[in-house]
Amino acid sequence: MDALKQELKENIIEQLNLEDMSPNDIANDDMLFGDGLGLDSIDALELIVMLDKSYGIKLTDPKEGRAIFESIDTMAAYITEHRTK
Amino acid sequence: MKQVFINSVGSISAQKTFDNNAFLNDVVDYEDHVISVIDPNYKDYIPPAAARRMAKGIKMGVVASKIALQDAGLENVDAIITGTGMGCVRDSEKFVSAIIDNDEQYLTPTSFIQSTHNTVGGQIALELQCKGYNFTYVHASNSFESALLDAKLQLENDEERNILIGGVDELGDHTVAIHKLINHVKPEAVKSSNLLESNSVGAVFSEGANFFVLSNEKEASTYAKVAAVKLFNTLPKSDVALTAVEFLAENNLEVADVDILILGCNGDIEFDGYYSELQSETFKNTQQIYYKHLCGEFNTASSFGFWLASKILKLQSIPEVVKLNNLKNSSFKTILLYNQYRGENHSFTLLKQC
Repeated sequence: MDALKQELKENIIEQLNLEDMSPNDIANDDMLFGDGLGLDSIDALELIVMLDKSYGIKLTDPKEGRAIFESIDTMAAYITEHRTK
Repeated sequence: MKQVFINSVGSISAQKTFDNNAFLNDVVDYEDHVISVIDPNYKDYIPPAAARRMAKGIKMGVVASKIALQDAGLENVDAIITGTGMGCVRDSEKFVSAIIDNDEQYLTPTSFIQSTHNTVGGQIALELQCKGYNFTYVHASNSFESALLDAKLQLENDEERNILIGGVDELGDHTVAIHKLINHVKPEAVKSSNLLESNSVGAVFSEGANFFVLSNEKEASTYAKVAAVKLFNTLPKSDVALTAVEFLAENNLEVADVDILILGCNGDIEFDGYYSELQSETFKNTQQIYYKHLCGEFNTASSFGFWLASKILKLQSIPEVVKLNNLKNSSFKTILLYNQYRGENHSFTLLKQC
């Protein structure tokens, strides 16, 4: 699980061009949206594509994303349970 | 009709032109066939949250426009008019490559959103919170002049007071590779200072952003006056000199009234003959200047020539590095610019001291 969390942090930084940020700057329970990392709705779309491409998870209901993308912890838990690759 | 003044400049180019306190003091002499801009520290101008989605061209455009606004002492403008030949090619390449590489799956929104030609104008407006007229001209090597003409007409008719105009183009790897295949990029590395002696086809490709605040009110910061601009999509080589003379006559000028002729020659032996028509005969007794050895060739490279002319008229000095002949004038009141690319999209621009 720790390796997956580290991988997620690296992917998020790369996919979302979070310049000047390293995986160490993101705590596992940091809020990704709003007051935390400050991601927005375009980033949410990027994360949905990332789940599909990297882990074979298709989110059919965008509302699901709200809970899944709350933090690195919630993302890692969802991916561990639903990944197909 | 009101007059049109250039009240400020902002330039990002292959030379260190982003500093308005300098004027080609330290010129970089490249030896390459593709040259990139010298970057300012973009973080000084763009918040990180906004910058992370911006490709190079957008950053260049936003920062050059901010430098121009600072130079004019303005917080905002009434309108933004951008010229770009290729638009945001990096994001276009990224988006199209993703379609191909991923078999039309997993398409992400960011590069698609940022890939349109009017992204730069839109991002400048967002940064300034400018809700006025916003237009982008995409007309190959006449893109910048199209923006200039639009602004000139609006200012003359007093429809707006301050308009930000600019030309911006960025290098994209795939686009450059294609232009190399069709010999539009020089096959060999060329030293900038020997560009006109390269004796080969193609040009040294580059990128850049040159922005200006035009106004119908003269200010203390004013660089020059835009007297006239005229565009031609096609113009036979044999008609260039006559067209230049007619253009001057339309503005009640003769060849002898032109203090400096600024040419867009780029060292392409196939097409520099258009400039020779003016150089060797009609304007042989006029001081001549060129600039594409400094900024390279791109669809809006003529905006660098416009920047150069503006600086010369304000500072009344010509850097040695741009001189094309040995003729000298003691003062410069009238500058004629002529540009074309590959024999198409010709422009004549007339600037005057004020």
